[in-house]
Amino acid sequence: MTIAKGLTYSERELKQIGKRPLRPDGVDKVTGRARYGADLSAPGMLIAKVLRSPHPHARIHAIDTTKAEALAGVKAVITRDDFPDVGSGERIPSEGDEDLRYTAHNVMARDKALYEGHTVAAVAAISAAIANKALGLIEVDYEPLPHVTDVDEAMKPDAPVLHDDMFTSGVEPTPDTPSNVAQRVEVSLGDTAEGFSEADIVIERDFTTEAVHQGYIEPQACLATVSGDGSAELWCCTQGHFSARNSCAKILDMEMSKLRVTASEIGGGFGGKTQVFIEPLALALSRKAGRPVKLVMSREDVFKGTGPTASTSMSVKVGVTKDGRITAAEAVLKYQGGAFPSAPTGAASMTAFACYDIAHVLVVGYVVVTNRPKAAAYRAPGAPMAAFAVESVMDEIAGRVGMDPINFRLKNAPIEGSQAAYGPKFGAIGYVETLEAAKAHEHYQVPLKPGQGRGVASGYWFNWDGETCVTLNIQDDGTAAVAVGTPDIGGSRASMCQMVAEELGIDYSKVQATVVDTNALGFNDVTGGSRVTFACGMAAIQAARNVIEDLCARAAGVWGISPDAVVWEDGAARPSGDNAGKFDPMPLTEIAKLAAKTGGPIAGHAEFTAKGAGVSFSTQIVDVEVDRETGKTTILRYTVIQDAGKAIHPSYVEGQYQGGAAQGIGWALNEEYVYGEDGKLQNAGFLDYRMPVASDLPMIDTVIVEVPNPNHPYGVRGVGETSIIPPMGAIANALAAATGLRMNSLPMSPPKLLKALDEAAPDQAAE
Amino acid sequence: MSNCHISTTINGDAIEFLCEPQETLLDVLRDRLGLTGAKEGCASGDCGACSVTLDGRLVCACLVLGAEAEGRRIETIEGMADGEVLHPLQSKFLEHAALQCGVCIPGILVAAKALLEQNLDPSETEVRYWLAGNLCRCTGYDKIIRAVLDCAAELRESSS
Repeated sequence: MTIAKGLTYSERELKQIGKRPLRPDGVDKVTGRARYGADLSAPGMLIAKVLRSPHPHARIHAIDTTKAEALAGVKAVITRDDFPDVGSGERIPSEGDEDLRYTAHNVMARDKALYEGHTVAAVAAISAAIANKALGLIEVDYEPLPHVTDVDEAMKPDAPVLHDDMFTSGVEPTPDTPSNVAQRVEVSLGDTAEGFSEADIVIERDFTTEAVHQGYIEPQACLATVSGDGSAELWCCTQGHFSARNSCAKILDMEMSKLRVTASEIGGGFGGKTQVFIEPLALALSRKAGRPVKLVMSREDVFKGTGPTASTSMSVKVGVTKDGRITAAEAVLKYQGGAFPSAPTGAASMTAFACYDIAHVLVVGYVVVTNRPKAAAYRAPGAPMAAFAVESVMDEIAGRVGMDPINFRLKNAPIEGSQAAYGPKFGAIGYVETLEAAKAHEHYQVPLKPGQGRGVASGYWFNWDGETCVTLNIQDDGTAAVAVGTPDIGGSRASMCQMVAEELGIDYSKVQATVVDTNALGFNDVTGGSRVTFACGMAAIQAARNVIEDLCARAAGVWGISPDAVVWEDGAARPSGDNAGKFDPMPLTEIAKLAAKTGGPIAGHAEFTAKGAGVSFSTQIVDVEVDRETGKTTILRYTVIQDAGKAIHPSYVEGQYQGGAAQGIGWALNEEYVYGEDGKLQNAGFLDYRMPVASDLPMIDTVIVEVPNPNHPYGVRGVGETSIIPPMGAIANALAAATGLRMNSLPMSPPKLLKALDEAAPDQAAE
Repeated sequence: MSNCHISTTINGDAIEFLCEPQETLLDVLRDRLGLTGAKEGCASGDCGACSVTLDGRLVCACLVLGAEAEGRRIETIEGMADGEVLHPLQSKFLEHAALQCGVCIPGILVAAKALLEQNLDPSETEVRYWLAGNLCRCTGYDKIIRAVLDCAAELRESSS
């Protein structure tokens, strides 16, 4: 292990960082050559299809696969009988550890189907048509059970209980009857009763939000090949092939080193591809059939059988003094995360009031299970819903005390040294800087027309660091190849090349970054938590510094001087100090050429659990206009102001800000999982699950604030997630400004807004 | 069911293939001809990731049968660059960092090319509505729209 010593921030002149070079994987991606999950085939490959439960909740008494197995062209059928028992308690790493048993039982239903779409069986056949026909021949003896899909309903004492062995944790004493409340979490600081007694105005409001899907355009896809000797290869689109490897190996009782997983190019993830869904199925089918198996999800299956994020029911209470100082805040956050305890309530509870420096805070959160697909991470998991509620109340209460919403936030903003309710004291943070930049932005000054409204909201996210391992190889010709273990979703290979080029002092074009397979590097945590440019970048920098130390030593050897008398500057070893002697600088290309004679291959490594992720804040401004006849909201203008710490490649930082805002706009205005009384999803397709299209959006302006993270050599913070947190609150606040109505339920879709407008002004609506 | 024998032109090459009558053009391109640049995002014509042109008309390959390719002229993302020389739209997308994950990009490039072939001076609104059939979840469309508008401006300049 290499300790990441000396990898703290120091101000220095940067030559490559902050520039906008073309990404190394770009040409393949604009020519169609890049290979994504479904783009690989193998000789003798079979096609797999999955049988999913039509019932939201049902006991599975028996599964008869005899007829399916007898169908000509069918090579393997798998059910729960093909999966070993997985004990409770073993944790697997993803974006937040989770109990392996839940992942395993989500991948393949055991005694019960827990949601519509829960996998019950899978078939591998010589063609898709035969595999589909075989699915129809599998006989499942279901006993339908009462179901529940709503979070408030699921918490009632008489609700159908999903798991007989689920006893609420986090309460004393532990209940002796099972329920759908997996866990109660609490975040508290001070004494809120005392805080509210100091308030002049107290506002309490209730909110709900619907479940939404990450909406990555590429459905999950994989190709599995298990050989007769137990060795296996898996090609899949994943945010973390190491964690996918660990999950599959444990679920299927395989040896980790015999399962080599290669990450394909990945067509979006946003957290949704941090867990396995179909990969263990493909491996189990291949093991049984003895042939390669390809399994690609349909869009309907993606909606029903992968991991959307939670729906919520929340209440928020805030007290302020007349001059706008927040004295106390409370929230109750009920999150359902589907059939297993996967709701991101913990992060929601911790982040809810993090944008405010409040002496008295109490957040109580509940992790609830319902008969819906098991939730997966979605960009800043849990934070956006709570922020919608909190930012709505803050906007309302700022109005009540007659303060500008940005001034209100400035008055209550945490700064370096402020105590966060969830535990830490903040270090160097850039929140005030985002607020000042928002206030000064031309967008915030320009007058609105009648009927239009402007809203502001802020958001906070931790960002993550995690386990990381990188190798840097110097080739004979002096070029550099950096091998990373974190799939590149949004241009991270470009950032890695920039950081290595910066350290080595060579041109960006001389560095190549590759995402390598699970047997080529040590464990890497997933591409998630906005961690890659921070943690993987830090490892790449460390690897480059190790290489430089070696390069200097080799030059010293050639010159016959002490390695201490050699420094690395501008891509070359140079003698330094009084006794070093006079030698011409020896550039990387020259030392690389001498590698065989000076000790052999030149390579640097770094492997560590990175520490010191820099938290980030985002403040966003939106202008809206409402069509009072249809209830449709048009986004007129949008600006994202966010602290990046340091933007390595500003274009891709802007892209993260814009993409997060666009997803937030969809979440705010249209996207929702719609369930019928029958417990079935009614809108499992892109026509009815309405994500923003190009004509729905304006240009999205960005301002990159740079307050360096002291724990990264260049000051990098994560940038991927925070941008999705403020949009729902900002849009709700803009709608309130435009219409006078406080929308407390997401999505603020045309039918809902129209109904609210009609109720508020029936005469006007009738005109 | 017997297969259909189809003769067609793809990216300028005469191509023959066999396909089942119910097989989509997208499945033929991807699974039989190895042209995996067009992606299946939905198989229902909602996402545009499988956009190709059929006799110059922009279509979703998932909504066209393979058998319908008989005697037609198909252009896919694989035919957009001239050897190693990228089409101006491809270069502009790289220059503007208009892609993140990139999976929607083949479809968006094919669609944008079809737009510029009939309108070299589109407004921002026209580009947004033309591309409204192509979902991108990563970018918020900002840099995509800018890349198309910039490309159109440059092509107008070079053609005047």
